[in-house]
Amino acid sequence: MAFTLAQKILAAHSLTPINGEDAAPGRIVTCRLDLVLANDITAPLAIKSLALMGAKRVFDKNKIVLVMDHFTPQKDIASAEQVILSRKFALEQNITHYYEGGDAGVEHALLPELGLVGPGDLVIGADSHTCTYGGIGAFATGMGSTDIAAGMALGESWFKIPESIRVTFTGKLPPYMGGKDLILWVIGRLGVDGARYKALEFDGPVIEEMPVEGRLTMANMAIEAGGKAGLFAADRKTLDYCREAKRASDAEIAPDPGASYEQHVTLEVGNLEPLVACPHLPENVRPVSELKDLAVNQVIIGSCTNGRIQDLRMAAEVLAGRKVKKGLRCIVLPATPGVFKAALKEGIIETLLEAECIIGPPSCGPCLGGHLGILGAGERALATTNRNFRGRMGSPESEIYLANPAVAAATAVTGAITHPGKL
Amino acid sequence: MKFAGSALTVGDHIDTDAIIPAIYLVSADPAELGSHCMEGLDPQWKKKIKPGATLLTAGRNFGCGSSREHAPVALIGAGIPVVIAHSFARIFYRNSFNMGLVPIEVGEDYSEFHEGDELTVDLPAGKIYNKTTGKTVNFPPLPESMRAILDTGGLAEFVKGKLSAKL
Repeated sequence: MAFTLAQKILAAHSLTPINGEDAAPGRIVTCRLDLVLANDITAPLAIKSLALMGAKRVFDKNKIVLVMDHFTPQKDIASAEQVILSRKFALEQNITHYYEGGDAGVEHALLPELGLVGPGDLVIGADSHTCTYGGIGAFATGMGSTDIAAGMALGESWFKIPESIRVTFTGKLPPYMGGKDLILWVIGRLGVDGARYKALEFDGPVIEEMPVEGRLTMANMAIEAGGKAGLFAADRKTLDYCREAKRASDAEIAPDPGASYEQHVTLEVGNLEPLVACPHLPENVRPVSELKDLAVNQVIIGSCTNGRIQDLRMAAEVLAGRKVKKGLRCIVLPATPGVFKAALKEGIIETLLEAECIIGPPSCGPCLGGHLGILGAGERALATTNRNFRGRMGSPESEIYLANPAVAAATAVTGAITHPGKL
Repeated sequence: MKFAGSALTVGDHIDTDAIIPAIYLVSADPAELGSHCMEGLDPQWKKKIKPGATLLTAGRNFGCGSSREHAPVALIGAGIPVVIAHSFARIFYRNSFNMGLVPIEVGEDYSEFHEGDELTVDLPAGKIYNKTTGKTVNFPPLPESMRAILDTGGLAEFVKGKLSAKL
């Protein structure tokens, strides 16, 4: 049986030997886990579940990652107490990879940067955007805190082998576009439940050309089409990226020729223009030119979707020598301390400050309506984040539009949704 | 396991930010979370719930969005034991079993349920009886792995058993 990437990675981690049909979609396999992740919102519930389970120790103190990123820096007393609980647990269990404060960043940007995840790994995380690591060829998926607690206790979890949808991109991507536009196109095409229970697998010449960061952006939003995972083959670019993150022994991984897919979608990208997801679902995708002149009050550049150095470069290129429109808040949150340092070194932070952006700390903050940029009733934001559900960034009477960092930067300059090429 | 109550209806793609907005994720207490249930959809919505006597009926992709287990817990805390939907988002579906909320997927038959209908759910038999319309909707039995978790009283108990077997 020829395997898709999802089948290949799950079969390789199965506790019982897998022969051909055992890996057919719909089969349930119990697999060993390479990494188990939780954050400041989901770790406290997992810790509570571990106590109910009577689990005294985690299965491997080196394979648990706890990142205090959602409400960091702690936004109120209750969020501070969630971190206290998590910190106490990390100390008791002697967890190697506990990140809080100055060494913490947005988890799905931080883990690949620190080299904690690599090609072929099987990762579960108590966060729906755990699927990000598919960008470097890991099968990674989100689960709830109690499933994560079970994973922390046992080092294993059960999985249903998913059907896979293959998406192939051909042609040459026009300027001011990246992974964000391609994944928005996919979500618009499939709908927010089009990949429900399924894995997405991306390939084609556009993907081969694409930097790993763009692939991480795309894998990140697989969940926005309902996907269980968003997967990319690990190629030489992936291995270079992993080596830079101080990983030494990774290998390329690709789907088998002749693997079977539930559907195969193809797109010629040459005539595409930057895309924007309109309220209140990520599937409401329209070309940026159809939305021009729509005024916004706030622009957010950051998050596990588009808060990496390449995203900040893209924004700075557009904002260089320009000013943010008076009365608009343009908030830039580098996703990790590493991204922040690189942006300082490259002069990006200075460019953004000259343009009168607000530079904030690495944090999920406004993406989920936590803090650091909340919308009031009647306000409209354009964000490089991943979800535009009603009320996600604040008031249920506010609106969120999603786009790539170049569109976000151009919009910050004019105060209305703008194609960066039309500035 | 049997449940009875009147139907409270919501539409398609009800996301976890609607079920429990992120500002309330600083608590793990079912009663506290339940007191904010569906505030992202409508701050007044929870007033329609009769605790223990309301079954939620929903459209497509119920519970899409984040992995927050607080979402099924908020529904349980608000007194809703069962959600009947056209379909569920994957993580929410899995979380529901783990937390003891019963998710029932009925596909196109979800249009048989209207706000206020009196429903009886027979879980082992796989039947929902609509007393108001007189119609019965069948649903497929639960996957074996899910049933094993429910049978032992939820995932925490299931893992407890597995851990003590390892000793």
